[in-house]
Amino acid sequence: MKEIVVISGKGGTGKTSLTASFAYLGGKDVIVADCDVDAADMHLLLKPDFAEAEDFYSGELAYIEQDRCIRCGKCADVCRFDAIENVFNTYKVDRLACEGCGYCSRICPTHAIINKKRLAGEWYISQIKTGSLMVHAKLGIGADNSGKLVAKVKNEAKKIAEDEFKDFILVDGSPGIGCPVVSSLSGAHFVVMVTEPSVPGFHDLKRLFTLIKKFSLKAGCIINKFDINKQITKEIENYLKEENILHIANLPYNEDFIRAMTKGQTVVEYTDGGVRNLIEQSWNKIKDEIK
Amino acid sequence: MKIAIASGKGGTGKTTLSTNLASYLSEIEQVVLTDLDVEEPNSGLFLSGNREIKEDKFKMVPQWIEDKCTLCGICQKVCNFHAVIQLGKMIMVFPELCHGCYACSELCPESALPMIPKKMGELNYSRDRNLHFIESRLDVGEEQAVPLIRQTKDYIDRTFPGDTVHIYDSPPGTSCPVIEVTKDVDFVILITEPTPFGFHDLKLAVETMRELKKPFGVVINRDGIGNQDVVDFCKCEKITLLAKIPNDRRIAELCSLGKLIYNEVPEFRRELDKIITYIMTIKNYKQA
Repeated sequence: MKEIVVISGKGGTGKTSLTASFAYLGGKDVIVADCDVDAADMHLLLKPDFAEAEDFYSGELAYIEQDRCIRCGKCADVCRFDAIENVFNTYKVDRLACEGCGYCSRICPTHAIINKKRLAGEWYISQIKTGSLMVHAKLGIGADNSGKLVAKVKNEAKKIAEDEFKDFILVDGSPGIGCPVVSSLSGAHFVVMVTEPSVPGFHDLKRLFTLIKKFSLKAGCIINKFDINKQITKEIENYLKEENILHIANLPYNEDFIRAMTKGQTVVEYTDGGVRNLIEQSWNKIKDEIK
Repeated sequence: MKIAIASGKGGTGKTTLSTNLASYLSEIEQVVLTDLDVEEPNSGLFLSGNREIKEDKFKMVPQWIEDKCTLCGICQKVCNFHAVIQLGKMIMVFPELCHGCYACSELCPESALPMIPKKMGELNYSRDRNLHFIESRLDVGEEQAVPLIRQTKDYIDRTFPGDTVHIYDSPPGTSCPVIEVTKDVDFVILITEPTPFGFHDLKLAVETMRELKKPFGVVINRDGIGNQDVVDFCKCEKITLLAKIPNDRRIAELCSLGKLIYNEVPEFRRELDKIITYIMTIKNYKQA
C-alpha cells in the first residue's frame, strides 16, 4: 500500500481538480483521503454518500463555573492568550481565543474552572462515484487546525486501505506549509506538487519543497496552466532539474476544468480531449514512480 | 480603520486584490498593507519599495536546566500539548508543539524551565511613498502561524496611528489563523470565484464572519466563468456584492509576472473604484 500526497503551497493551482481526477482514474484501487479539512472541496466532484459520520473532539476549552468563582482574577493574569475577559466583574472565556492549555484551571484557588473537550469538526467515511471509499472531514468554524483532524482522516484511510488490500491512498493536502500540511505529509511515499507558472506560484513552490526536503520525501511536480507564462514555466522546469524533482507533466490552461466542476464532474469524466490524456499519463507516471 | 481581505478557498485573488487596492488607494492617502499569510506570503512580490526594517520574530519556549530539576514530573503533567515530556532522568522539550502558555515554566517549583526566545520567522517593513508594507514570513518547518500573526498585529498597532487605512492580506480557510487576522478588523472583504469550489468555500467564510459578527462584503473574481450561484446566494442572503472583476487573460498574465493591474486594465480599475467608494463611506461613518 502506497500513499500519494497531492499538495500545492499556493491555493488555486488546480490541486483538488487533479486529485479528484486521479481518484476517478484509480477507481477501486484507490482509497481517497481529503485532508484539506479547512476548505474541503473534493466531495463536490466525487459525490460521497456521507454514509458514516462521527464527531471529532480535539483539545480542550476552559469553562468557568460562576457560582464557585470568587473573582480573584488569577486566571486572567496567567492566560497568555487574552482568552479570559472581565465583563462587569464576571470572568468569561473567549472560546475563539482559548487555546486549551489548562493553566487557568490549574491555578484557580476554588477549582471553578473546568476543561471541556472541544468539538473540532466532523469526519466521514463515504462511498464515492467510483465505488471506492473516501475519508473526509469538515473542520468547525474557527477551530484549531493543528493537524489532528488531518491525521485522523489519514489514519482512517490507511486502516481501510490495509483491511481491503488496496494499492493506493490518495491524499488531497491543504495549502500553506504549516501544521495541517506537515500532518498530511507524514508517512507519504510520494508527494505530487501542483504549481502554476506565476511569480507567486514559483515562490510558494520553493518554500513547499524546502519543507518536503526536511522530511526527505520523494517528490514530483505538475505545472498547471503552463501556457499562462512560458518563461516562468521554463524557470520552474530548470528548478525541478536542479533539485532532482520528477517533472510529471505540463498541463495547458483549459476551461474544461471549470465546466466539469460546474457539472459536479472530474475533468477526466467530462472530456475525452487532450487534457484527459495528459492527466492519464501523469497518473501512470506517478504509479510507475512508486512501484 | 482595518480591512481584511479573506477567502475560504485559496487562489481566488486575495493577494491580487490586496496589493492593487493598497497601491491604488495610496495615491490619495496613507495606507498600511500587511501580508498576514505568513505561511506563503506573496504580496511583496507585487510591490516595489526599499526594505527599511528587518526584525527576527521569536516565540517563547521553555528550556530545561538539568542542575535545578528534581524530576518531580509537574511540567509534564501540566502541559496539555505534550511539548514537555519526561523520559527517564531527562526532560525533553518539543518547541514545535509548544503553545507558549508558560504553565510548565511558572508551575515548576524549582524554576528549572525558564522561557527563552526561539526564532519562528521574520518581519520586514518597506515603504513606497504613501504605501507602507509589512510582511511576516514563518520559517519553513515552524508549524504554528498564529503566534507570528499576533506579533505582527502588535507591531502594526504600536507603529501606526489608528486612523490610517490598514489592509490585511489574510491566509485562506476558516480556521485559527484566519480568525486571528479578522477578529479585530472593521470590515472584511471576501473574495471568491463563481465556481462550485469558490461558492462552497464562500459559504464557509460567510458562516465564519457571521460567527465573529463582522461586517463583510463579497468580491467576485474571474466573473464570467462558472455559474450564477454566488450572485444568487448574495442576493438571497442580502450580502453586499462590492465588485465583479472580469475573467480576463490580461489580468492573469500580469499577475503571473508579479505586476500590478490597475494601471493596465481599466475594467479592473473601475471595480477597484467601487470598492474604494464603499470603504471610504465606512471610514467616514466610523470617524463621524
